[in-house]
Amino acid sequence: MDKPVSISVNNLSRKFGKVWAIKNISFEIHKGEIVGFLGPNGAGKSTTMRILGGLQNGHTGFASVCGLSVAENSIGIKRKIGFMQENNPLPEELRVSEYLKLRAELKEIPASKLSEEVRRVMDLCDLFRTARRKIIRTLSKGFKQRVGIADALIGEPDIIILDEPTIGLDPHQIQGIRTLIDSLRGSHTVLISSHILSEIEKSCDRVIILNNGRLVAMGTKSELRESFIPENQLSITIKGDSNVLIHSFENAQLKLELADTIDFEDGIQELRFNRADNTQDMGPILKASNSLNNCQILGINFIKPDLESIFLAATKRSWEDVRT
Amino acid sequence: MRQLTTLIRHEIRLLFISPPVYIAAVTFLMLMGFIYWAILRSLSIEPQDLSANVQFFSLFWLPVFFLVPLLTMRSLAAEKNNATLEALFSTPVPRIFIVLSKFLSAYFLYIALWSLTVFFPFFGDSLLVNKLSEQSLMNFAELIGGLTFIAISGLLFISIGIFTSSLTRSQLVAAMLSFTLLFIFCIGAQQLEYASYNYINADSFFYDAIQYINVFRHLEDFSLGILDTRPFIFYLSATWLFLSLTLSNIESKS
Repeated sequence: MDKPVSISVNNLSRKFGKVWAIKNISFEIHKGEIVGFLGPNGAGKSTTMRILGGLQNGHTGFASVCGLSVAENSIGIKRKIGFMQENNPLPEELRVSEYLKLRAELKEIPASKLSEEVRRVMDLCDLFRTARRKIIRTLSKGFKQRVGIADALIGEPDIIILDEPTIGLDPHQIQGIRTLIDSLRGSHTVLISSHILSEIEKSCDRVIILNNGRLVAMGTKSELRESFIPENQLSITIKGDSNVLIHSFENAQLKLELADTIDFEDGIQELRFNRADNTQDMGPILKASNSLNNCQILGINFIKPDLESIFLAATKRSWEDVRT
Repeated sequence: MRQLTTLIRHEIRLLFISPPVYIAAVTFLMLMGFIYWAILRSLSIEPQDLSANVQFFSLFWLPVFFLVPLLTMRSLAAEKNNATLEALFSTPVPRIFIVLSKFLSAYFLYIALWSLTVFFPFFGDSLLVNKLSEQSLMNFAELIGGLTFIAISGLLFISIGIFTSSLTRSQLVAAMLSFTLLFIFCIGAQQLEYASYNYINADSFFYDAIQYINVFRHLEDFSLGILDTRPFIFYLSATWLFLSLTLSNIESKS
């Protein structure tokens, strides 16, 4: 990739007591990318983000933000980063506009541009007309999240780190935040962690998966699919005896392995097959499915693994690696 | 520096919307008013060796024990509890500014409240019928000396409160720790001096050291209008020590 590197992490480790929260993590994020940070609870996502945000020190390894060492320039990197922390702590007694103005002052926005900048981020997060005069304590979870995101956007930082920005939000609010993140594509580097995999899948250019403090996968969705679930899945919906179809496939010597069976009402079943040859040629399948006794084919389609399947496969593989 | 002034303004504003601060302020003024009234009453009954102002400032420790914990317990403990301290750390503000803003805002309020007590001798002098003619209530040397002592010792007391607030997430625990340290510091040194009087040579280094940290000794000089540099050095260096401990404490968490 030709774009300059915004975030570089090299063999970064951090220990809490005797437990390694993260160990030997290395990755790079380029300017303008939106990168999803995935992992089960306790995987080390927040620790990594906090180190990048200058809130915590790593024990070993190296991390840099926009070319500045995180360990040596903790003030400098904070000028480059807008950071929304997990749980989004806010001073409950302040009004939204007061809080954002305070944050803008602390982020060294010139006094002459203060009101303009606060207005800009409130407009971006749809706070100006709805909540600017409200006391933060009285806001709903969704509005509080928006205030946190507005804070992260103050001063148009090069890098925006959002730790679980969609937690506790309803679908409309999630969609709003996704639109907002999409609008940052290209102009800002965004690192976002979330448990809502569908959101990451829709918003992010690349995904980094952590498990048990280690980086277990990194790449675009298609790269991860190739790496973790190379075979296509075939879904066939039938009404009748599934054994008839399976025998028919065996007789036709198709390289299909039954992976899952889902029962519906009225004797309807969905059979999921892993296709080892990984082609999408439907001809032999249609031929083998034709004119079966006591088995009516209702639908056939290929399934591409979604991010959830990739995530589960990646984390499962890493657990198996740990055990062995 | 703009960040520091922004933070101080913000902290002072937070203090003014904090109920415990109003409780502390009202209780302080009521207590000090009552004490001053009691001193005037005893002076009106019989002549005393010490003037009203000297007696008044000699009871400085009484309000300090509750005022300082109430003014400082919230500063870092509540922010740690709500994780808003971390949100502050995510901005390009040096951590020393965060500690200083907490310290200076609490100190500002502490001094503002003590300054209001200047009105006690003023009202006493102008409103009392016989004006306790033998005892001048508006003795400026005593007043300035007493208030200077309050101002300089307040630096240390507030820094102790800020330090204890940095040790815990609980405001209650912070207040109790603050009270305990202030008690040990104010009363402990005095009691140590009394206790060692018969056992330690008055010329010895230890006796000098105990006297050096005894706040009541400092008050004696200040209330006579003597401005000695040694207490200044003592209070400023001890304040610096506690603020440094506070800073290293919050930095150690990262």
